[in-house]
Amino acid sequence: MNILVCLKQILDPEVPARDFSLARSHLQADPTCADLVTNIFCENALETALQLRDRHGGRISILSLGPASVEDTLRKGLAMQADAAFMILNDTGHLPDSAATAKALAAAIGKLDRLDLILTGHESGDWGAGQTGGLLAEELGLPFIAFVDEIEETGPDRLILRQQNDSGWQKFSAPMPVVASITNSDHNLPRIPKIRDIILANRKPITSWSLGDLELSPDLFLPEHLLVRVTELTIPQAKGDCAFIEGATKEEKIGKLAEKIAAIARSI
Amino acid sequence: MSEPVSTVITALISPTQERASAGLMGAGQRLSETVGAEHVVVACGPEDSESASGLAHGADRVLLVRSPALVRDRQEVWLQCLTRMGSELNPAAIVLGNDALSQEITPRLAHRLGGASIGDAQTLTAEEGHISITRSVYGGKAMAKVKLQGTPAVVWVRAPSMDPARGRATPGQIEEWDFATEPEMKIQLLETQMDAGEGDRLEDARIIVSGGRGLGGPEPFEKLKELAKVLKGQTAASRAACDLGWAPHSWQVGQTGKKVAPQLYLASGISGASQHIMGIADSKAIAAINTDPNAPIFKHCQFGLVEDFHQVIGPLQEKLAELLA
Repeated sequence: MNILVCLKQILDPEVPARDFSLARSHLQADPTCADLVTNIFCENALETALQLRDRHGGRISILSLGPASVEDTLRKGLAMQADAAFMILNDTGHLPDSAATAKALAAAIGKLDRLDLILTGHESGDWGAGQTGGLLAEELGLPFIAFVDEIEETGPDRLILRQQNDSGWQKFSAPMPVVASITNSDHNLPRIPKIRDIILANRKPITSWSLGDLELSPDLFLPEHLLVRVTELTIPQAKGDCAFIEGATKEEKIGKLAEKIAAIARSI
Repeated sequence: MSEPVSTVITALISPTQERASAGLMGAGQRLSETVGAEHVVVACGPEDSESASGLAHGADRVLLVRSPALVRDRQEVWLQCLTRMGSELNPAAIVLGNDALSQEITPRLAHRLGGASIGDAQTLTAEEGHISITRSVYGGKAMAKVKLQGTPAVVWVRAPSMDPARGRATPGQIEEWDFATEPEMKIQLLETQMDAGEGDRLEDARIIVSGGRGLGGPEPFEKLKELAKVLKGQTAASRAACDLGWAPHSWQVGQTGKKVAPQLYLASGISGASQHIMGIADSKAIAAINTDPNAPIFKHCQFGLVEDFHQVIGPLQEKLAELLA
């Protein structure tokens, strides 16, 4: 089975609020205010692919779109034991929206051997739009399942995908090739690469394409050409007007807390 | 000939809970008024006449979709059905709810209609001929305003936290829409498993009691369940608590979990990282029990108690059982 996992590099979502700041444009975060990391849902997707390969064999390619720094994300993916790495270099300085991202990913996929399964994270820890997987499926004309947390192979041409939904899960049988966006579960926590594999990953080749190499217009990511354009970004301030419950004894305080909670419960 | 009227479609495609449907109807109605468009509500049908006429009180038109294939593959059928409606009605916007099915089809529907898609909208506006939305980004550390430069704007919204539709004096027209086309069933549903959990899904719960790392182990989460029962609410947990295996992942609230909007969110032993706040910011009231008065969670609270949860939970539950008896 030939699997492709799309990996997005993002600003570390764990950055404390006091360190978080906006870029001068006020249209994105300052990319230097925290480390750049691989989006966690994308790593869940890679882990899902690795487990599939562990069980059934196959080949895993990884693909990332972004500035030159996405090489780090690809190196980490190689250290986790992906077989081949590809990048689409975005040196335009513009942030693409999900639709432009999906177009670029689809163009790169057109350069690869036939794939059986294409995975994305279900959303990213920076913008969190959650649109790329579905848009990529449409670009490729393939079936799509979102919120997948487990995949099993059944026979030569079908997969069983488990989807988390509002009240539990559903299992679907899908023909290959299929696109799925992966969410987190107890079973797909990304593995930690071994030191030796990290060193070896630094020597592996990465194929890099420019937008031109993929016959994409250099204007693809221009803000005025995007379907979804960020027009304002602000850092909201917490109100900080908490009424702390006071009292002479613990019992008195618990009593007051209970009254406040009960008042809301009764109003419903 | 009258002027062609633009349209806003509200798609109630999932058998969602009452509150999410009401909020979604409200969002669609208000957007249609801002745009000066006809408000068309699409729902699964034929329903019982009572709920259809309920919808008609918030819409110019209600389209009840009847499709024999709907039970087998809701994603593909709704996608094709809404694509056809979108092509015929040429709407300015299609508004969907925050259920998994709506989230799944939003980007695909937009792509098929040549429009723009976005999710998790907290507000919807129309400016200079485009729909704009606001949404929380960067793990709750920033708020973005986003302009949808493609038409239609296909948007799923945080429906349960939105105000319901205003009742109209004269109800809209109810029509049935036969969608007999048999979509090509590439994907087959094999099995469905419902969570053992009782009551509302977290997104629709009116009271949520939630625990974090500060609870120190799995046992206190059993106590939270009992407290939730007294309050007729639901239980939730922070990512840290879920990752430690103290609570199931289906309880997880925050950036990588569920986004909730209860009347009261009571957080115990949760420090209040921005990723967690992102999932609870739409709550009407947030309250916390925490030993650390400087915990960031208190910055988001209406009221709070600086105490050890373990010493509070027992007496608090007794007191509440008494007050709400």
